[in-house]
Amino acid sequence: MADAMPAAPGPLPVGPVGRRGLGQWGVGALIASEAALFVYLLFAYFYAAASARPGWLLEPAPKLWPALPNTLLLLSSSLVAWIGEKGVERGRRAEALTGLIGAFVMGAGFAAVQVYEWSIKPYRLGTSSYAALYFTTTGFHMAHVVAGLVILAMLALWVALDFFSPRRRIVVSAGVLYWHFVDAVWLLVFATYYLTPYLGFAR
Amino acid sequence: MSAPPLGYLTSAGERAAAIVPLTWFVLAVSVIVCMVVAVLLLAAIVHPRGRALPTAIVAGDDHGLAWIKWGLVLSALPLIVTLVWTMAALGRVAGPPRSPALVLDVTPRQYWWEVRYDARDPADRFVTANEIHIATGARVLVRLHGGDVIHSFWVPQLSGKTDAIPGQTNLTWLAADVPGRYRGQCAEFCGLEHAKMAFEVVAEPPAAFERWRRAQLQTAPPPSSDAAQRGARIFQSHCASCHAVRGARAAGSTAPDLTHLMSRRLIAAGTLPNTRGSLAGWVRAPQASKPGALMPDQQLTGQQLGDMLTYLVTLK
Amino acid sequence: MTPAALRVPAIGDDTPELRARLHAIWATAPGWKGWFTTVDHKEIGIRYIVTAFVLLALGGVEALAIRLQLAGPDLRLMTPEQFNIFFSMHGMTMIFLYSSPVLSGFSNYLWPLLLGARDMAFPRLNAFSYWVYLAAALFLYTGFLTGNGPNDGWFNYVPYAERQYNPGLNQDFYALGMVLLGISTAVGAANFVVTAFKMRAPGMSIDRLPILIWGTLTASVANLVVVPAVSLAFFLLWLDRQFGTSFFRPAGGGQPLLWQHLFWLFGHPWVYAIVLPAMGMVSDGLPVFCRRPLVGYSLVALSTVATMILGFGVWVHHMFATGLPGLSLSFFSGASIVITVPSAVAVFAWLATIWTGRPVRSTAFLFFAAMILLFVIGGVSGFMTASVPVDWQLTDTYFVVAHLHYVLIGINVFPVVGATYFWFPKLTGRMMDERLGRWNFWTMFLGFNLGFLPMHLIGLFGMPRRVWTYPAEMGWSALNMITTIGSFAFAIGVLLFFVNVAKSWRAGALAPADPWGGSTLEWALPSPPAPYNFAVIPTIASRHPLWEEALDENTPRSTITRGMMLDTGKETVTTTPLDAIPDRIVEMPCDSWAPLLLAVALGILFVALLLKLWLAIALGALLVLGALILWLWPQRRLLEREPAHG
Repeated sequence: MADAMPAAPGPLPVGPVGRRGLGQWGVGALIASEAALFVYLLFAYFYAAASARPGWLLEPAPKLWPALPNTLLLLSSSLVAWIGEKGVERGRRAEALTGLIGAFVMGAGFAAVQVYEWSIKPYRLGTSSYAALYFTTTGFHMAHVVAGLVILAMLALWVALDFFSPRRRIVVSAGVLYWHFVDAVWLLVFATYYLTPYLGFAR
Repeated sequence: MSAPPLGYLTSAGERAAAIVPLTWFVLAVSVIVCMVVAVLLLAAIVHPRGRALPTAIVAGDDHGLAWIKWGLVLSALPLIVTLVWTMAALGRVAGPPRSPALVLDVTPRQYWWEVRYDARDPADRFVTANEIHIATGARVLVRLHGGDVIHSFWVPQLSGKTDAIPGQTNLTWLAADVPGRYRGQCAEFCGLEHAKMAFEVVAEPPAAFERWRRAQLQTAPPPSSDAAQRGARIFQSHCASCHAVRGARAAGSTAPDLTHLMSRRLIAAGTLPNTRGSLAGWVRAPQASKPGALMPDQQLTGQQLGDMLTYLVTLK
Repeated sequence: MTPAALRVPAIGDDTPELRARLHAIWATAPGWKGWFTTVDHKEIGIRYIVTAFVLLALGGVEALAIRLQLAGPDLRLMTPEQFNIFFSMHGMTMIFLYSSPVLSGFSNYLWPLLLGARDMAFPRLNAFSYWVYLAAALFLYTGFLTGNGPNDGWFNYVPYAERQYNPGLNQDFYALGMVLLGISTAVGAANFVVTAFKMRAPGMSIDRLPILIWGTLTASVANLVVVPAVSLAFFLLWLDRQFGTSFFRPAGGGQPLLWQHLFWLFGHPWVYAIVLPAMGMVSDGLPVFCRRPLVGYSLVALSTVATMILGFGVWVHHMFATGLPGLSLSFFSGASIVITVPSAVAVFAWLATIWTGRPVRSTAFLFFAAMILLFVIGGVSGFMTASVPVDWQLTDTYFVVAHLHYVLIGINVFPVVGATYFWFPKLTGRMMDERLGRWNFWTMFLGFNLGFLPMHLIGLFGMPRRVWTYPAEMGWSALNMITTIGSFAFAIGVLLFFVNVAKSWRAGALAPADPWGGSTLEWALPSPPAPYNFAVIPTIASRHPLWEEALDENTPRSTITRGMMLDTGKETVTTTPLDAIPDRIVEMPCDSWAPLLLAVALGILFVALLLKLWLAIALGALLVLGALILWLWPQRRLLEREPAHG
């Protein structure tokens, strides 16, 4: 039998278009791995809590100030970053810059408030396994926030340099997706450390 | 040829005995499977085939799939038997006895075993090291406490392994049907001398056990001879910070209790026989026979060593 | 000029002119610059393999030292401290620095060729993962050579790993080295996953993938999500040691068992990750020497995935003696017994393939066939330990050491050696010496079994693991001596293998494109292939593109000599994940310094962390940041940005 016709596809997009391209898959793989890291951090918390003696929770009713408003700040920054991404999508540079810089400022604000909150905690890293887990988990998250801030800053710079267009903007989507991931992870960390004690876990 | 001291294909107590038939079963299944696969593999390679050219590609007729089907079905049978038998055996051996005849608190440390005999009456409690005596036919509950790093308590002839983990208390138990000396060994890597952290469980008829127990409750008699008294003083200055001798001025807790040192067959956690010569060598230079042990080499003159030994042999 | 957003790719024939054009576009720059900046998966793959073989040799020497010390009772060839470092280095080297990287190397080299692709999805990331692997290996061996090698076994239990009991730098070298290595493993895994889903030739649907693809893909998905567990464990250990935290220290409310859970949550999937790709190599290579397709392809592919999925649910079987509740023990014991089922599917498939095929007894075939027996021996000893009460006697004895060597040497080393004999012609353009290969095989096979079969008995006789010596009265002396002799014989066999590789690389007979009559795409390419692999993108119509003629008159044929040329730049095509329909033309990166720079920056950072030099840590972090920004700066050529509008 004769050879089948070779794949003769119709017109194919050249390079990444919009959000779609290999870079999207790459960031997805990165996020999967980083998400797993946080799963293990939270596992460590639940395991330590389940095995611990009473009184392990240094704050049986963790103070929701300033953590709760700070959480809302971070979540809002995701929305603002999304606006920035939309600005790039529509070719509107001012909107894009406002969104990305706005998200940066809000994220930086989150980080500053978090550092303040760390400083007023009545315990230190070496106080106990609870303290170690709290600071290390929020610390890992902070590291991801800092990385996200660097990304947002670079994206803002590149938008300012007019690198992107509605067609070529996968770098922006990838970076903003990472920022969304950082915010989503915070929800899990916040729920674990600040909310589960109220549900009676590890009292 | 005698059975290997740490072997477990035979047993001397009910807890280990419950596992031995299952062990032989899975071993037998394994050996049979290996032999069958070896034969099949060899046959598959050498069995005669038709006359096609060796380089011709054979289309898959895929009666081959039957191999997978039959292979899975035949493997499932011993797997299911093993699963069920495992659950049954686990049920029988896992749980600690509800009313044990004897309760021990064992705290392994680098590289020796602290053994406390518990009792309802505090006057009946005592501490010893590295040699455990039990009565035959009695179920003994062992509470394992973490001392420094993770160790594992294992007397193959009487019971499987249980780890001693700092921060928690693990329960295990053993029982011996036959009188004898059963070797135990630390079974979790714990540092430089993990290799030389053995112990013995001596199972005796109840009367003999009772005699041993009462003797262990005694404090050490004061040394009578001059040499022994000199030796006792040297002991107090060199050894008492770590070792304890009940009845003497020696209450250290980081090393084995030596009140009844001479009642033990082995020293240095199963490393050396408890003879005068070995004892002398051990006391003078522990690092020579057990490098890495936490007992430092002593700086003793020959005279001092002799006196010390004279004292130590009074600790029956 | 802005390239057009859409293009109908030109179709053409595989001609010498086209090949010359593509060669000019794809070839790595010559000389040192090219050596440091290459992103060609073939060069990177060979580097991985060579480096892994060097580490195999080092790990082997460590093993021989151990075997000398244990050849007889009460020997004093080394101190306990030296012994502890030697057995820990041996385990770490073999399990982390050899067994996974060697499979990464083979997969790196072969995947694009098997998939009909011009490179992996992320060529720069590929180069980076190699450089970081090399950096981690150097870091860990620097520890060893300065007398600070890991000394708590490869699984490094706490509290013995804590500073209180282990004050030297040994643990810090190990902890930081492993975190560094984890970066390499994770990015490598990401590359394989994306490549498998996007970089296949048109028509190579998911049911036409070689089993090596299934094996490495499964392992990579697993690695992506479990490597963070062990990296985290080592990082937390480092914090405990250097900053006085109490993750694992009971005094502060920490849990020693947390280490074991985190470690084995990683460790058990890991042991499948270091054998499934090798099993894939056997599943692809053995059928060539049986002159027939693999029996039960779909079952083998599915059982690969099933084994890994179940592999996530058995980690506690490494912890049966730690005092866990009965319910937990029962569940994990059951799961560990059940997992034998999918892992056995491949064994039956291989036996059936040999039986119903016409075996050609090349050296590669001997290694592939022998591994089946070794797999089964390793598998059944594992089955024995799955039963909790039996495990309570077997665990931490030499029985487990026998088990793990049968599974690692049987299901990793033997397939790797077989794979080398099989694919060496493709990688180097030369054939290996078949006569020396016979000697190689029999020495390795007989030596290995002489060394490790008696080890089962030593274990049943109660010899514990990780002991630097043993007394004469234990009844282990004669068997240990036999094991030592066997180990040396096995080592001679491995040496013969290295000799064969070295001499054949220099002076072996020149190899044709298809010396074995293979069925998959790599055998359609020259030996070795051109930098661009495929001059035209093939279209695939079956699992065995090169056997279609021989197998069946009536099935459609794959097209290999005519297809998309994609020669207007350094470009290739990506396809949809399941059905492999072309969906995009992508521009591929050229040689780049960025991967090496980032790896060097990470190396500096980790050395600074080891020595706790705060200024250097800050500098290292800045260098890492700089290298990342350099790498990720959007490039016009890669269509990550467009020139500003006027």
